[in-house]
Amino acid sequence: MPKPIARINDFVVKFANVNGSGSASANQLFARAILRMGVPATPRNIFPSNIQGLPTWYEVRISEAGYLGARGGIDLMVAMNPQTWDKDVAGIEPGGYLFYDSSKPLPESKFRDDINVIGVPLTEICNRAYTDARQRQLFKNIMYVGALSALLEVDSAEIEKLIGEQFAGKDKLIAPNVAAFRMGRDYALSNLDCPIGLRVRRAAAVGDRIFVDGNSAAALGCVYGGATVAAWYPITPSSSLAEAFTRHCRRYRVGREDGKSRYAIIQAEDELASIGIVIGAAWNGARAFTATSGPGISLMQEFLGLAYFAEIPAVLFDVQRAGPSTGMPTRTQQGDVLSCAYASHGDTKHVLLFPEDPHECFEFGAAAFDLADRLQTPVFVLLDLEIGMNERLCAPLAWDDARRMDRGKVMTFEDLESGKEFGRYLDVDGDGIPYRTYPGTHPKRGAFFTRGTSRDRHARYSEEGPVYADNMQRLLRKFETAKGLVPKPVLHPARHSTRLGAIYYGSTSPAMQEALDALESDGTCVDALRVRAFPFRDEVIDFIAAHDEVFVVEQNRDAQLRMLLVNEGGIDPARLIPVLHYDGTPITARFIAGEIAKKLAAFNVTPLRKVVS
Amino acid sequence: MSYLAKPTLHHPKLPVNKLGYTRRDYEGAVSTLCAGCGHDSISAAIIQACFELDLPPHRIAKVSGIGCSSKTPTYFLGNSHGFNSVHGRMPSVLTGANLANRDLIYLGVSGDGDSASIGLGQFAHCMRRGVNMVYIVENNGVYGLTKGQFSATSDKGSKSKRGVVNTDSAIDLVSMALQLGATFVARSFSGDKAQLVPLIKAAILHRGAAFIDCISPCVAFNNHAGSTKSFDFVREHNEAVNFLDVIVGRDSIAVDYAPGTVVEVRQHDGSILRLRKVVAEYDPHNRVVALNYLQERQAAGEFATGLLYVEPEPEDLHAHLNTVETPLNRLTEAELCPGSAALERFNAAHR
Repeated sequence: MPKPIARINDFVVKFANVNGSGSASANQLFARAILRMGVPATPRNIFPSNIQGLPTWYEVRISEAGYLGARGGIDLMVAMNPQTWDKDVAGIEPGGYLFYDSSKPLPESKFRDDINVIGVPLTEICNRAYTDARQRQLFKNIMYVGALSALLEVDSAEIEKLIGEQFAGKDKLIAPNVAAFRMGRDYALSNLDCPIGLRVRRAAAVGDRIFVDGNSAAALGCVYGGATVAAWYPITPSSSLAEAFTRHCRRYRVGREDGKSRYAIIQAEDELASIGIVIGAAWNGARAFTATSGPGISLMQEFLGLAYFAEIPAVLFDVQRAGPSTGMPTRTQQGDVLSCAYASHGDTKHVLLFPEDPHECFEFGAAAFDLADRLQTPVFVLLDLEIGMNERLCAPLAWDDARRMDRGKVMTFEDLESGKEFGRYLDVDGDGIPYRTYPGTHPKRGAFFTRGTSRDRHARYSEEGPVYADNMQRLLRKFETAKGLVPKPVLHPARHSTRLGAIYYGSTSPAMQEALDALESDGTCVDALRVRAFPFRDEVIDFIAAHDEVFVVEQNRDAQLRMLLVNEGGIDPARLIPVLHYDGTPITARFIAGEIAKKLAAFNVTPLRKVVS
Repeated sequence: MSYLAKPTLHHPKLPVNKLGYTRRDYEGAVSTLCAGCGHDSISAAIIQACFELDLPPHRIAKVSGIGCSSKTPTYFLGNSHGFNSVHGRMPSVLTGANLANRDLIYLGVSGDGDSASIGLGQFAHCMRRGVNMVYIVENNGVYGLTKGQFSATSDKGSKSKRGVVNTDSAIDLVSMALQLGATFVARSFSGDKAQLVPLIKAAILHRGAAFIDCISPCVAFNNHAGSTKSFDFVREHNEAVNFLDVIVGRDSIAVDYAPGTVVEVRQHDGSILRLRKVVAEYDPHNRVVALNYLQERQAAGEFATGLLYVEPEPEDLHAHLNTVETPLNRLTEAELCPGSAALERFNAAHR
């Protein structure tokens, strides 16, 4: 028997449950109590595409050092699902802990001799305390949180306070939940050795950070960004974005006096209609968006070409999941980078934003509308399931009340009345962006016909080659303009100067931070650049030029961002080394550091630790 | 150049409407459709209807899909914004436009390929949502731009120009619109301007989903013997259930009709739809009766035309969504952005 793992504020707890059993809120209570103790905790929902009865897991990484990425390995397994028992038990690190419901005796073969087993007869206690079947089920969850609080020294006062907050307004439910919590806790205190080697100790590592999921934060970004029309079709993992927008709008966008809605949300018949509604609304001067995932993007292709060519400012949130086809709808991936960048037939290129966490989901969510209006083109915000559907500790959301919407180049009634020349596709100042008018602006001037067919600078139908090519060239100029408007990449220089670089984006961020630290402590210094948008700003290309080898870390099979870099940056592919994780689980620091070390060894590169004199 | 602007000069004594516009102010570019195309008659009827209703042209938005019919918005209302979107998707684009600005009049122009085949889903969902619009299908039973393939509204047994007999059942958009909850349903014929113009006027005044199926023969590919959408066939089998007069504001003229021969429908804006009955037992306020009647006439090989159904007090999508009176595209930061204080509270609730 290896020594029991002994760690404070640095371990992984995984809950194995059955979905539909009401475990989610109990598990969340556990994670939030740890946060309230000032210790960063990152939960992840691992769930099947199913409503009820199938296995689901909730993994909480506790890390005072602030590593929020998935770590890999399990220190304490809370095994509440007999269906997945064998696999769950096998996943525990040697010296780790197994917490289980010991009401029914299990044969010895079901355990391992290199782990510590903690049994609590949860069902038995529940059956004694409650007669109602649903209560027995629900309170069992709260009860194991109680037992864990004793075993891990999680402050019971924090949990009881959270129960109070959770049921505020439904006060009747507070006392029974607290009672169940105490029942579990008291059992552990009087029957088990508390605490175990894994402990939570109060710290001050959370600060003013907030705990929120990316979909909800992105939806709030839409509210702040002035979106008034949303159209969507339910698809995992993006549905909760549209639903959060509905929730936020009910709260923030209903007139106090007239009770009227300052928004319109349509659950459309499919993704084609969703993007059609968005395009119609944006054409008519409202800020509009849709939320979808990869299959939805595929369905929207024709419309996206129209929006690009007709120059309509549409905003799309693509919460990516593992494809192709239905793929793994409840697993994470960065698989839609290419299909979004070049969406639709003909020559098209689109603006993409890559938020790293809920904070940026909010920020980019709002900024996407300014960018779309300024550039008069579709803008994609690429989340993924990892940040979209999981709550994540992140910097508090911030808003400057002096900020105004940038509606871009729109000619008003006064402009038209004063006789300003209006040509819908006329590039008057060289940035490739023409002026537009909203329908209904002026009785005699500024009306034009929007179409997906080619037309001249004054929006008149034309099939002339030079006229068509002139327009396509202008669209390229516009894309150049976009480079200067999209968010800059973020540089994380290594402690010592190095010729090795790494590029990463989106939800890879926390695992990358941790991997860089691990590599550095092993003597490998890597400068890292977090790309936040496509088209690539000059800083991205300069970064590659300044390094001999650049690892491009992605969560897809085909190195999609690397392809874009090679293609758009004219970069020698040999200098971009792919590091690819695509099994549907979130990328881990262990994986990144391991792959980079392995590839360096293969290249026979001896890491240089240059002494800075 | 396939775009031709019309000369702007016109006779100084052309009649003007209440806004001071002549009929010419409602025209568009010269049509590039085939000479004699039914669609051009529909464009002319739209121009006439808008002129007679004294509508400011720039307050109308024209949205279409793809196809011959969808090209026509270039040929009328040149001072209105138009959007020629993608095939079969006019309804969604129009829905979005309507959500953005409820103050404009929305004219959706589509064809039978656009609405009954590729866009059947969008047609259906836009009807059931009650988008406040005029939805005109210029129905010729054939794909013109791609040279004469059958469309989904071609009758079973009708013959193509090349002599092929259609074996598939036809989709009847009027029956569908009725089933889907459209609050104004009409059918007309491009060759009957006297019937069509008042129907378009009434549809524009109707605050809800107004659907007009307008049979519009294709002179190039579907005007031969054996076709059930040729000028001759439609003229022979057109059976109007009623005739419509649209009476706006103080235009009201009292005329005596024999009792039971006239139905008057007062619209939300005070205008009156006066229906002169042709078929005495036909009740345009009863969906079930309308559906039954249509099926009967269809079985007899006739087209029932006229105002087939109208709901006097329709509800539209904005009513369902309880949206604010100010068009959404005019709301400003003050009305849309909750501000930093609210965000601070949001942050506090997530700690």
